Amino acid sequence: MRSQIPALASLLVVAAVLCLLPFILSEYNIYLVAQVGIFFIAVLGLNILTGYTGQISIGHGAFMAIGGYTTAVMSRDHHTNLVVTMLMAFAICFVVGLLVGLPALRLSGVYLALVTFALAVSIPQIPLQYSTFLGGSGGVVSSRSVSNLWIYTATWACSAILFVLAWLILRGRLGRAFRAVRDSEIAAVASGVELPIYKTLAFGISAAYAGVAGSLFVLAANGFAQPSEFDVFLSLQLLVGAAVAGLGSLWGILAGAAFVGLLPQVSTSVPVIGAQHGRDVVFGAAVILVMLLLPDGFAGLLARIRRLARA
Amino acid sequence: MTALLELQDVEARYGPVHVLHGISLAVEEGSVVAVLGPNGAGKTTTLRAISGMVRRSGTIRLGGRPLKRLGPDGVARLGVAHVPEGRGTFSELSVWENLRLGAYTRRGSIQPELERVFTYFPWLSDRRRQQAGTLSGGEQQMLALARAFVHRPRLLLLDEPSLGLAPVLVAELFRIVRELNEEEGLTVLVVEQNAHLALQAAEAGYVLEAGHVVLSGSSDELRADDSVRRTYLGY
Amino acid sequence: MSAGTSAVGGLRARGWSIDPSAATVVLLLVGAAIFLLVGCLRSTTFAQLTVQGVALGSVYGSLALALVLVYRATHVINFAQGELAMFTTYIAYELMLHGLSYWEAFAATLAIAFALGTVLQVTLIRPVQHRSVIATVIVTVGLFILIDGIVNWIWGGDYKSMPSPFGLGAYNVGGVVISHLYVGMVVVVLSSVLLVWALFRFTKLGLGMRAAAMRPAAAALVGVRVDSMLAIGWGLAAVLGAVAGLMAEPSQIFLSPTLMQPILVYAFAAAVLGGLESPAGAVVGGVLIGVTLTLIVGYVPQISSELQLPFAFAVLLVILLLKPSGLFGRREVRRV
Repeated sequence: MRSQIPALASLLVVAAVLCLLPFILSEYNIYLVAQVGIFFIAVLGLNILTGYTGQISIGHGAFMAIGGYTTAVMSRDHHTNLVVTMLMAFAICFVVGLLVGLPALRLSGVYLALVTFALAVSIPQIPLQYSTFLGGSGGVVSSRSVSNLWIYTATWACSAILFVLAWLILRGRLGRAFRAVRDSEIAAVASGVELPIYKTLAFGISAAYAGVAGSLFVLAANGFAQPSEFDVFLSLQLLVGAAVAGLGSLWGILAGAAFVGLLPQVSTSVPVIGAQHGRDVVFGAAVILVMLLLPDGFAGLLARIRRLARA
Repeated sequence: MTALLELQDVEARYGPVHVLHGISLAVEEGSVVAVLGPNGAGKTTTLRAISGMVRRSGTIRLGGRPLKRLGPDGVARLGVAHVPEGRGTFSELSVWENLRLGAYTRRGSIQPELERVFTYFPWLSDRRRQQAGTLSGGEQQMLALARAFVHRPRLLLLDEPSLGLAPVLVAELFRIVRELNEEEGLTVLVVEQNAHLALQAAEAGYVLEAGHVVLSGSSDELRADDSVRRTYLGY
Repeated sequence: MSAGTSAVGGLRARGWSIDPSAATVVLLLVGAAIFLLVGCLRSTTFAQLTVQGVALGSVYGSLALALVLVYRATHVINFAQGELAMFTTYIAYELMLHGLSYWEAFAATLAIAFALGTVLQVTLIRPVQHRSVIATVIVTVGLFILIDGIVNWIWGGDYKSMPSPFGLGAYNVGGVVISHLYVGMVVVVLSSVLLVWALFRFTKLGLGMRAAAMRPAAAALVGVRVDSMLAIGWGLAAVLGAVAGLMAEPSQIFLSPTLMQPILVYAFAAAVLGGLESPAGAVVGGVLIGVTLTLIVGYVPQISSELQLPFAFAVLLVILLLKPSGLFGRREVRRV
């Protein structure tokens, strides 16, 4: 997201490919690419938080849950327009994100990671407790069936909008402040950056993005929101996606989203291990390998390639 | 006498920054040698290069044997005790535990070594259980020296021992170093900014500037040298 | 474990000034102990719940201690610590299927756990440790997922039953029924914790490990093989985890792949409560959390066992807000 020209070219290529794909792919694959889009949005948000302000969250699955349940409950009870539910999800998660971001200010690194992890594990328990309103383990059924194409279009349209939004945020004063916070908190304060505001804002924004992703996630499941879909694995997937993506590269985020969106599905049919458990074994091994080989994620790899090309 | 420690054309760098540009020096067994020079000359880096703490090239020989790619623990096991800048004391551990660590590479009982150490630093014996971090600066420096001695090293590397110490303590420290050298035959390579004290304690010295050896010789020769007198001895 | 993990110990030198926050913590703990004692004497239900809480809490404490060991040595939170413990429990299960007695399998499992821990540190953690913190965290996350997958693949997800080493009997102490299981759990965990403590406190190896964790550069200068120390640290942590898993299983009645997942969260809370760098704190924290959770679930009808996890999270959050360094930790230098 640095200089104008290369980014524009990449964007156009990506946009063109995305427009063409529905014509070539099967129904199931369209659905898969839509899933990648959902992860794209969530990882984009997480990237703003981790990449730009250096705060590690292993709990953004919780925000996806909140967003998803917002959509499901509003659809079920009020038959609200789907887009409106997504906006609500965005707003609610933004506020919740700010609320979480406030105490998070006092925590650093490892402690924040632990707290967000506990958040990710705990939030899915809440629907189990308040089962009348939130559907219990059976989930909230809102029966809004949508076609794969609709989900594909909605997801990538949102991705585009949210990507532009992120770009606008990050290139402006806010972005510079975020980067300042990441690079050196002490220096940032010394140069007058109001740390708490920016760190909390980053949390709110990333949570809002995750909320929208959660809405789309539920819509992709035909309006069905279930606690088991928002378990801790989801948060781990998001974090892995952000780590594989690396810092601040569009291609990196796409790679990260594709990695977590596609790999588990693709690895279900693995010989020897069998469909059920192949997913976890292959995915887990892949995550380890990628991190051993590319500790700075895809963006780091691209940076290295660019440096080699220049030399 | 053969040189216990030999450096030949040693270069060292921290990442892309080259600090030593081909240092050669030799330390005879049983002698005390000083390394002098201004800040940033590469004195500490020289010791770090010997201990294997920085990326280095060139030849370093200990007792005739080259120290190829050994890390600090390997070099320590060969009988080198390095007291770094800042002393390297384990502040959360007790005095006794620090001493015990000094003798980490030794097998079997270290009682005789401890007895020896307490003859040079009698006050340490009373303070065995005290947390090392609560000792004064001077006491910590003495502890560091004691810890190095318990190791019974062939070679002692001392980095800026006088830093942050009152003159009285510094004099005492160097007195003990000389005593260890004379009584126990300990070979010492000491890096010091305080050229006066260093040359008093040492038999020979090297002057480093910007990563090069610019002057070397016996202490008397160095003390008599005009540039040394002007720059480092102040007269 | 070391001479100065608590502020009080650190001021042993000359004067007798005591750090006020340490005094508060001690007072709180003493108060809690008195509260528990009185409660036990007045109500058999309370006493039974407390015993159960202590037993479960010791398991949480064992896993928390494993986490703290790894964190102190390598400054990494091993997210896979629980799954690793679960995996070693399955290994014990398998060994027993092949004819070993419980305690034979127990001993063999601990040895296997040690080997596994060291191998993992050397192959997976060492390469990324110095490059990137987040990469190391992700590797442990990947390990979490991988182990889960492997266990499901080899043994399947259905419930297995393992013989309980302590039988089904119980002691009757003045009307309070204390099952042999709970006593056994506490004894086994306490013994392993004490053994590990003794290793660190009294042996040269333990000293080397402590030194390597505190100041790796200075430790290397005295001849400590820092990398090996870290690997051994991981090995010991895996052993503590194995003990936790083996003791957790009978209390959950059945063995399943999700055995250690909630326990990992409680262990995190316990480790943080105790202060991530304090081994004693981790164990005490574990017992505190175990007792608190059991009593609350027992006495407060609104908080069912489903809410235990969010409750633990709330505890975690409160501690981190009030005293991030935990009960026994030293006050961290507060960054901007």
